[in-house]
Amino acid sequence: MSHGFVQLAYIVATALFVFALHWMNTPATARNGVYAGVAAMALAIIATWAQPEVIHHGWIVLALLVGTAVGIPLSRVPLTAVPQRTALSHAFGGLAAGLVGTAKYYLWLGEGPENLTPFRMVAIIVEILLGFLTFTGSLMAAGKLQEVKWIPQRPVTYPLQNLSNLALFGIAAVAGVALVLNPTAPWAAYAFPAIIGLSLLFGVLLIIPIGGADMPTVIAILNGYAGLSAVAMGFVLDNKLLITAGALDGSSGLILAIIMCKAMNRSFANVLFGAFGQVQQAKGLGEGKVYKAESIEGAAQVLEQANLVVIIPGYGMAVAQAQHKVRELYDQLRKRGITVKFAIHPVAGRMPGHMNVLLAEANIPYTDLVEMDEINSDMPQCDVALVVGANDVVNPAARTEKTSPIYGMPIIDADKARTVFAIKRSKNPGFAGIDNELYFSDRTWMLFGDAKNVIGELVKNLAGGSGIH
Amino acid sequence: MTPTEAAAAAPAADFWGQLFVFILASFIGLGVIRRVSRLLHTPLMSITNAISAIAVVGSIIVTGADYPPTIRLLGGIALFASMTNIVSGFLITDRMLKMFKTDKKPVEGGHS
Repeated sequence: MSHGFVQLAYIVATALFVFALHWMNTPATARNGVYAGVAAMALAIIATWAQPEVIHHGWIVLALLVGTAVGIPLSRVPLTAVPQRTALSHAFGGLAAGLVGTAKYYLWLGEGPENLTPFRMVAIIVEILLGFLTFTGSLMAAGKLQEVKWIPQRPVTYPLQNLSNLALFGIAAVAGVALVLNPTAPWAAYAFPAIIGLSLLFGVLLIIPIGGADMPTVIAILNGYAGLSAVAMGFVLDNKLLITAGALDGSSGLILAIIMCKAMNRSFANVLFGAFGQVQQAKGLGEGKVYKAESIEGAAQVLEQANLVVIIPGYGMAVAQAQHKVRELYDQLRKRGITVKFAIHPVAGRMPGHMNVLLAEANIPYTDLVEMDEINSDMPQCDVALVVGANDVVNPAARTEKTSPIYGMPIIDADKARTVFAIKRSKNPGFAGIDNELYFSDRTWMLFGDAKNVIGELVKNLAGGSGIH
Repeated sequence: MTPTEAAAAAPAADFWGQLFVFILASFIGLGVIRRVSRLLHTPLMSITNAISAIAVVGSIIVTGADYPPTIRLLGGIALFASMTNIVSGFLITDRMLKMFKTDKKPVEGGHS
């Protein structure tokens, strides 16, 4: 296939990628986006493969087959495991970029030093730095999300952590600059592998101080890094399709990370270097305060009398696998003419949009999934706010408590509802280790127990009650 | 290695052209992605994963061209990693998007 045809195919593929993302602006057209993306990818692969310089086909076929064989089971994971699958695929993306960068460096070095122009060297160094740190960083994130035993779940911190990380990155950067200036020096044979090793190490060190509650932001940032490493690959290979597709991915990561940071009222730097969740450990948990517990029957009666019920889901709902029971509750309440809405906080769950996907899987119409900013104006009219496995996103301390680590974070105003029912497995604090004022409010009644069981009991009670009439 | 020399060893890459494309693509990306429904942020992330697996294009060349075997092996691993992302990324995006439904059929026994 001639150069012109390949470029034409790449231009069409680029346009299709832009359309793919454009169609994601509403659930009604979103599936077209997938078809456009698949078409673009197929076109790009065929056009590239048909180029005359590709002369060995065996390994290509093998790699494509093995990739497909691994990819299919990875696409069938339960939706609660989607965050770790996403992190794993960022790791694969980073690995691919790192390996291609490494291959091109040694190739050009072998073909003659005149190939290693400063521009190419800069691109290669950026590509392998980003690629390999995304690789190990995302593997660590995936491990934390999967709760792999030998990866600590709580943030790991030690003295001078940020300083030593920064120093490490500085060494890698200095080695990179030295290589750019002098790519064929005798020490280059050591400097290049050293940069690879340092970026692999840096990826690990970047993730270990980060706790579970910050995972949505971290995944978004790693998404951006994976995109940028593809851009760097595009610069190395002089391939504009790679540059555009990588830039689309990079901007998606950037926008999602900004949304996540805003939703927590924190900066990038604070997420990456702040080691959240360590601050409040020492503080006594609700000293002198008592939870008011409510029975299932009592809660069912109050729910029956409501006009507007707002359900506020959090990661706890996913952990308890309660979303299908939540759907049954939704049906029971709707049957009685009660309006039921779901209030979705941007950082609820372990990745952006996680709650929406889980509730959609449970067949809840997406028109009843309402964003935080929209639902908050309705909260004073809300009769019952039902908190299912959410904690920090409804904690009023974010508004009032200046010393709280979540101070300033926008929250769902559950405390403005006439009655609040909070389902909680135990009396321990949430993931971020912060005590929640909401549970001690006059209007709040606790329903202790596993979210799935509690909601199941509520449903049974409501169903039984309606049978009598 | 001579047939590939012409294609591979052309050091005069168009740096400014590439930078231009990168900047424009980033603006388009920011514009398009800002409009993506907040409901769909999880599928958005999985579809952009699949799209950035366009690294497959570079990997195919490195794997299939007349290069030393060790270099082609690195390319082959990269190709495997990219293909995994393409397949799992698009399939899971579609699987998730299929779940997003409006409330077409009224709830059984509903008052409305």
